[in-house]
Amino acid sequence: MSGEIYQELRRSLRSGEPVCLVTVTNVAEEFEGLASLGAKLLVHSDGPTVGTLGDPELDRVVARDARAMLERGVTGTRHYGSHGEARREDLEMFVESFVSPSRLVIFGAVDFSRALVEVGKILGFVVTVCDARAVFATTARFPLADEVVVEWPDSYLDRVGRTLGPRDAVCVLTHDTKFDVPAILGALASDVGYIGAMGSRRTHEKRWERLLEAGASESELRARLMSPIGLDVGARTPEETAVSICAEIIAVRSGRALRTMTPLRDGSGPIH
Amino acid sequence: MKEILSTVDAWLAAGKRVAIARVIGIEDSGPRDPGATMAVNEDGEVAGSVSGGCVEGAVVTEALDALTTGRARRCTFGYSDDQAFAVGLTCGGTVHLLVEPLDW
Repeated sequence: MSGEIYQELRRSLRSGEPVCLVTVTNVAEEFEGLASLGAKLLVHSDGPTVGTLGDPELDRVVARDARAMLERGVTGTRHYGSHGEARREDLEMFVESFVSPSRLVIFGAVDFSRALVEVGKILGFVVTVCDARAVFATTARFPLADEVVVEWPDSYLDRVGRTLGPRDAVCVLTHDTKFDVPAILGALASDVGYIGAMGSRRTHEKRWERLLEAGASESELRARLMSPIGLDVGARTPEETAVSICAEIIAVRSGRALRTMTPLRDGSGPIH
Repeated sequence: MKEILSTVDAWLAAGKRVAIARVIGIEDSGPRDPGATMAVNEDGEVAGSVSGGCVEGAVVTEALDALTTGRARRCTFGYSDDQAFAVGLTCGGTVHLLVEPLDW
């Protein structure tokens, strides 16, 4: 029968609450009576822990270290003495951090967005679709989205931008300057890790000019904006385009994008 | 872990015993990072994965053994050369697993 630790872990994972599971994965021979392989401690960012590794002082020390690892989203192995002493290797612990899922914010309630929601969900993103036009931004059109918001992009990012971080992504699919420019400016003001904007090379050039006029710096645009959005895989359909965009998000996040892939941004000639 | 929850819930609701195998370390290359999880029920049904399909068959055996003994165990799978049916990783890496009954 599963017990209290699994139930609490399951609840945290389902709700997206950060949590860390510590498991004893090796016990030195002379300590076999004191600790058992598989003993567990479940640690949240704050509040009480669940379970025990076999010693109250060990639990206290490990919980402190686990919280630091959870804060950084790091999973790995650590060693401790049987009462939590540092610089001893009596016990090996596997410390597994489960962070909140990454977020994907899509501006523009267009058909390409529907496909991007679907591929984003496969990759585990919490997906928001935002568009100022209530006729298009409906849950009926985006049944898989976690959230559909009727709001101007700049107003939405004023509220939510500060919660976006390096693992999150913003995709601007409206290709209408009056929506695109405030969305991109709002995204640049956040710490979001990926910013992409859809459009032909011509749309891109016009939008670039407008962004500069609106006060964006050329060096920041070059460093952070993927436009035209996506990797150059020859995508045509909304579904293929969604794969091209998500591949670029992964490549940017892993640092591979500019070494081994060809973002459309860095090429020339027609996109399709 | 998250991707196996629904399947594990269904197994538990059906009264099945379940074992969990997790990657706890890799050396050199490994197809899945530490934390990759596979669940096995008492009938040998599987959810999730701990490699690219290279060692899952052997992990089922370890998981069923863990359910029989009721004890957690550590397993290591290393490189397999081109011998047919040898269990191991063809990529040249080594993967360390913890396999344990879900009794926690």
